[in-house]
Amino acid sequence: MSLVERITGQAAPGAGAIDADEARRQSRARMERIARWVLPVVMLLATLWLWDRIVAWNEIPHYILPGPGRVWDSLTGDWAMLWDAALLTARITLMALVLAVLGGAGLAILFNQSKMLELSLYPYAVILQVTPVVSIAPLIFIYVESKTAGMLLCAWIVAFFPVLSSTTLGLNSVDHNLRDLFRIYGASRWQKLWFLQLPSALPYFLGGLKIAGGLSLIGAVVAELVAGTGGVGAGLAARIQEAGYRLNIARMFAALSMIAAMGVFIFAALSLLSHLLLRKWHESALKRES
Amino acid sequence: MPVAPLSDRPPVMELAGINKTFAGGIVALDGMSMAVNAGDFISLLGPSGCGKSTALRIMAGLTQPTAGRIDWHGGQRAGDLGVVFQEPTLMPWATVADNVWLPFRLRGKSYGEVRDDVLEALRLVGLEKFQTAYPRELSGGMKMRVSIARAMVTHPRLILMDEPFAALDEITRFKLNNDLLALKAKIGCTVVFVTHSVFESVFLSDRIVVMAARPGRVVRELEVDAPYPRDDAFRTSAGYAAHCREASDALHAAMEAAA
Repeated sequence: MSLVERITGQAAPGAGAIDADEARRQSRARMERIARWVLPVVMLLATLWLWDRIVAWNEIPHYILPGPGRVWDSLTGDWAMLWDAALLTARITLMALVLAVLGGAGLAILFNQSKMLELSLYPYAVILQVTPVVSIAPLIFIYVESKTAGMLLCAWIVAFFPVLSSTTLGLNSVDHNLRDLFRIYGASRWQKLWFLQLPSALPYFLGGLKIAGGLSLIGAVVAELVAGTGGVGAGLAARIQEAGYRLNIARMFAALSMIAAMGVFIFAALSLLSHLLLRKWHESALKRES
Repeated sequence: MPVAPLSDRPPVMELAGINKTFAGGIVALDGMSMAVNAGDFISLLGPSGCGKSTALRIMAGLTQPTAGRIDWHGGQRAGDLGVVFQEPTLMPWATVADNVWLPFRLRGKSYGEVRDDVLEALRLVGLEKFQTAYPRELSGGMKMRVSIARAMVTHPRLILMDEPFAALDEITRFKLNNDLLALKAKIGCTVVFVTHSVFESVFLSDRIVVMAARPGRVVRELEVDAPYPRDDAFRTSAGYAAHCREASDALHAAMEAAA
């Protein structure tokens, strides 16, 4: 029911009666809603079953490819150790993401306020972004003494750029008539930023944030692999490396699945945040009513 | 609010010898002079490229003239101007009431201080029930009404409108034309209205400034002496047709002179 109908209390004419075409459309939509959840689950179960069978039929030794059962045993058996590792990786990832948001959005606002600053610094932000973090990381750990700080720096370098570039785009995408309107009403620079540019940039920022969430996990994992385990304990990536040295393939898979789960969780959480912030007004969050 | 005869109205603003030449050498306006008096409904009527939107931007202070003066009688103060653009130009993230609050908000007034003004403006455009709605939930005509409410909420001395109804369908446009006149009768505002529609300009205004292109300039000023209030009956009256012919002839003469 549209807003106008809700307020005027008038329903659309002919509500209730549905022709065959509409009925087909509705049942197709219903099927799709169910299939959206059922099909991926069926697919997962089928893959696990096939995996298990391939291992059993070919009698593949577990130090080459363990079956899903062994991976599950490792996941439950080593849970305490894996959970600690996951907490460490998650902590670095989240801290890097927060820093990426502060740094990326902060730089975007600074660049927006001063064109000269943008012209001076933007090229270097691009260079920092296009240089693979794996190749910078060893240098970072030479100069940065604290492991945690080094790992944060690695993850931040990968994650801040999408926030910076999308927020910059958003701050510059203000409707030009609204910009004129603010000028006519004599808005100050801060009023323009706060009431006009930041809300306009929000959808773009949230798009960049979703990408940064995934990237900060990648950054944290790369940092762990480069930094090794000394000093701060081992995260999931370090556990994978360590298990690899011991040919404990089942634990490698277990840790890997936890990293994947963490990535999915971050993406889902950020998508939810984006939906909550935009659902009232932004086109991307709209359900078509007709 | 009764409208004084044209000759007795106190001056609000005056354009004197306005010239605007853009960097490419294009003369958008050449020697435009025009007086706006309190209670006027003035239409700037002309083909595209005649500088009518440029004239409006100069009046709004968005563009500086190359030569000439803009004089506000008694000086210009914050809140003297209200503007309605061709698009509704609402902030999509703000509710209807918050959009109308904007001109006050930018002057540091809290919603509580001006709540009554905001609700009154919304009542005048018939949208008091929609104050908590978001712009995307409204039709094109309703969004334009919000835009009008925002332009008049501060009781500005002058409201500028840049082809506000050009993108709407004809039925909605007629309705909004009627409502705009009703609104003007209630609050007695002064309006400068840019349009390329002869019919719209005759229906709405008491003065029509006909403009020509290349270079943009004023070629004629017409008075539409039909009394307000005007309604749908006026649209089919002989007087309306005569005024339309007069304005149309002036427009064609202007366009031929330019060609």
